[in-house]
Amino acid sequence: MKHIISLIVENKPGVLARISGLFSARGYNISSLAVSETLDPTTSYMTMVVNAEDERVLEQIKKQLNKLIDVITVIDFTKKEHIDRELVLIKVTCQQKDLDKLKSILKKYSHYILKVLQDTVIIEMTGNQEEIKDFIEDMKTFGIKELVRTGRIAISQ
Amino acid sequence: MKGAKILIESLLKENVKVVFGYPGGSVLPIFDELYEAPIRFILIRHEQAAAHAADGYARATGKVGVCLATSGPGATNLTTGIATAYMDSIPIVAITGQVRTNLIGNDAFQEADVTGISRPITKHNYLVKDIKDLTRIIREAFYIASTGRPGPVLIDIPVDVQQKDTDFVWPQEINIRGYKPTYFGHPGQIKKAAKFISKSKKPILYIGGGVITSGASKEVIQLAEKINAPVVLTLMGLGAFPIEHKLCLGMLGMHGTAYANHAVMQSDLIIAIGARFDDRVTGRIDAFAPNAKIIHIDIDPSSISKNIKVDIPIVGDAKNVLIKLIEEIKKLPDTSDWIKTVETLKKKYPLVYKRDGSGIKPQYVIEELYNLAKKDTIITTEVGQNQMWAAQWYKYSIPRTFISSGGLGTMGFGFPASIGAKVAYPDRDVICIAGDGSFQMNIQELATCVCNKINVKVFILNNGYLGMVRQWQELFYKKRYSYTCIYNPDFVKVAEAYGAVGIRVKEKDEVKEAIKKALSIEAPVIVDVHIEPEENVYPMVPAGEAIDRMIGGMA
Repeated sequence: MKHIISLIVENKPGVLARISGLFSARGYNISSLAVSETLDPTTSYMTMVVNAEDERVLEQIKKQLNKLIDVITVIDFTKKEHIDRELVLIKVTCQQKDLDKLKSILKKYSHYILKVLQDTVIIEMTGNQEEIKDFIEDMKTFGIKELVRTGRIAISQ
Repeated sequence: MKGAKILIESLLKENVKVVFGYPGGSVLPIFDELYEAPIRFILIRHEQAAAHAADGYARATGKVGVCLATSGPGATNLTTGIATAYMDSIPIVAITGQVRTNLIGNDAFQEADVTGISRPITKHNYLVKDIKDLTRIIREAFYIASTGRPGPVLIDIPVDVQQKDTDFVWPQEINIRGYKPTYFGHPGQIKKAAKFISKSKKPILYIGGGVITSGASKEVIQLAEKINAPVVLTLMGLGAFPIEHKLCLGMLGMHGTAYANHAVMQSDLIIAIGARFDDRVTGRIDAFAPNAKIIHIDIDPSSISKNIKVDIPIVGDAKNVLIKLIEEIKKLPDTSDWIKTVETLKKKYPLVYKRDGSGIKPQYVIEELYNLAKKDTIITTEVGQNQMWAAQWYKYSIPRTFISSGGLGTMGFGFPASIGAKVAYPDRDVICIAGDGSFQMNIQELATCVCNKINVKVFILNNGYLGMVRQWQELFYKKRYSYTCIYNPDFVKVAEAYGAVGIRVKEKDEVKEAIKKALSIEAPVIVDVHIEPEENVYPMVPAGEAIDRMIGGMA
């Protein structure tokens, strides 16, 4: 099962290596990872989606992360009311004649059309996992040339 | 003040009396300061031994051990010793030189990414890039190494940082926001544990190295006597509870006593204190103590419910938690039937070996060592059969008198560790129980002993084999002794060549005399005891079996 875990960590070199090293050494899986600065320049915020087969593995992941000296706080969103979002950049094939059709489908989603090229449209889309899944399915009907995702970030309610 | 001098001053602030190490290009400024520093420096012959000696010093004293090596190969040679300390939660601070900051990452001469290499085998590590951080980092390193669940910390110091100048400012306080160990157990959990204990009929105490780290031996004895419960020890726990105490069942696990393992399997409540349910202890995990509830007291939350599901976790320092727990137990459990059962187990499955035959039994050597050594003698071991015999047959009664590489199982550990212990306690006897294989992994340290007058006594249980692996080949690989029969030098001549004393023992009736002689000589002594070559360590739980499915060990 997938869980969102966020960390407040010291903003120092080597911290990311400690965390990724811990995951590989102990055989845990990260499906996504997003790192950014916080309002406090001495800390960074990491949001990771981890794959834990059961409660015990999830507990171990949290405990092991907590044990790292450079990890200040571990937040598990599993049982917390939260909102999570991911941002997608996508290049879809779209001829001029199909542009209106694309736009009408896009109405369902929180999006920006960033660029319209000759036979390609670049779109920015944000949403939760369900919405992103639907969005990608819809875009497949046009043809996806390229797709990049940021990984999920979350905030508590 | 120069960085190198700041390092020395900081070590003095941390009350460091001795450093084990080896010089090299990237630590020249530090060695120049050591030349006249009021710190005893022990020059070893291989950096691995420096880390083990610092580790042995730490295990014997409870203080932080310090080792020092140069960049690149000096630092990589330390890693086996650092990993050994990490697995057994031993506080050491390893200081390594690094190439100049402007060369880092350039594949410079003797450059290695030492903070990268040591990351998974240290509790924490530092690369000092700015001399202004040096005192803070050293203070933090000693604090992290010695508090909470202890462990090794490495400080990598580029040579230009050692040469730079700044004011010496010793930080008055430590504030590491991501590191706040829990020392006091949750009162609610302790109450719950007390209730479980009162209700139990077959409680058993399962004691690990955490009890020694915490200094909680007295409290463990109090608890065991108060609730009248038997006690089993892990390898790391030996010394925490006297073997000869009537409630003690000795070591449990793969080479534990059969009665300890049976008692654990039959218990209805396991009180685990400073132990971590290691696979050598639990055997087949889903068959481990099927009827037992588990109370687990440990300072490291990640040790709890890692291998086995725990009913009552208590995170805290063993001593603090036990003081509260003993107070909290109001109604004593009735364990009289249980104690009778345990007594029966002890009679039915005694720890034995075949005493007949003309050869020298290793168990006999250990027994005689115990009979002839002073009570406060420190025993260190190498790894393999020698280690298991030393664990089974010597009756430890004092914490920090048994020093052995438990978690990592590092051959070559025991001899340099004995050097560290002897440097810490020059007035006590320190004996290393070795095998002929493992002794040769750090045999060069004979020079260190002789040069520094570190009079340790090494007893080689010499069977001409890498004995534990040979035993597994005998039992599980159809006696195909693949590369376990080894050629040995003449250990007596080797000892003499280094300037130490060598004694050879080939007959059983020479054993006692040799021990007496070795213990009375004021010099490093190597006693080469030729034991029965194919003697096995029994009883034994085959890998992956339940711990009451033991083989061997019947008289």
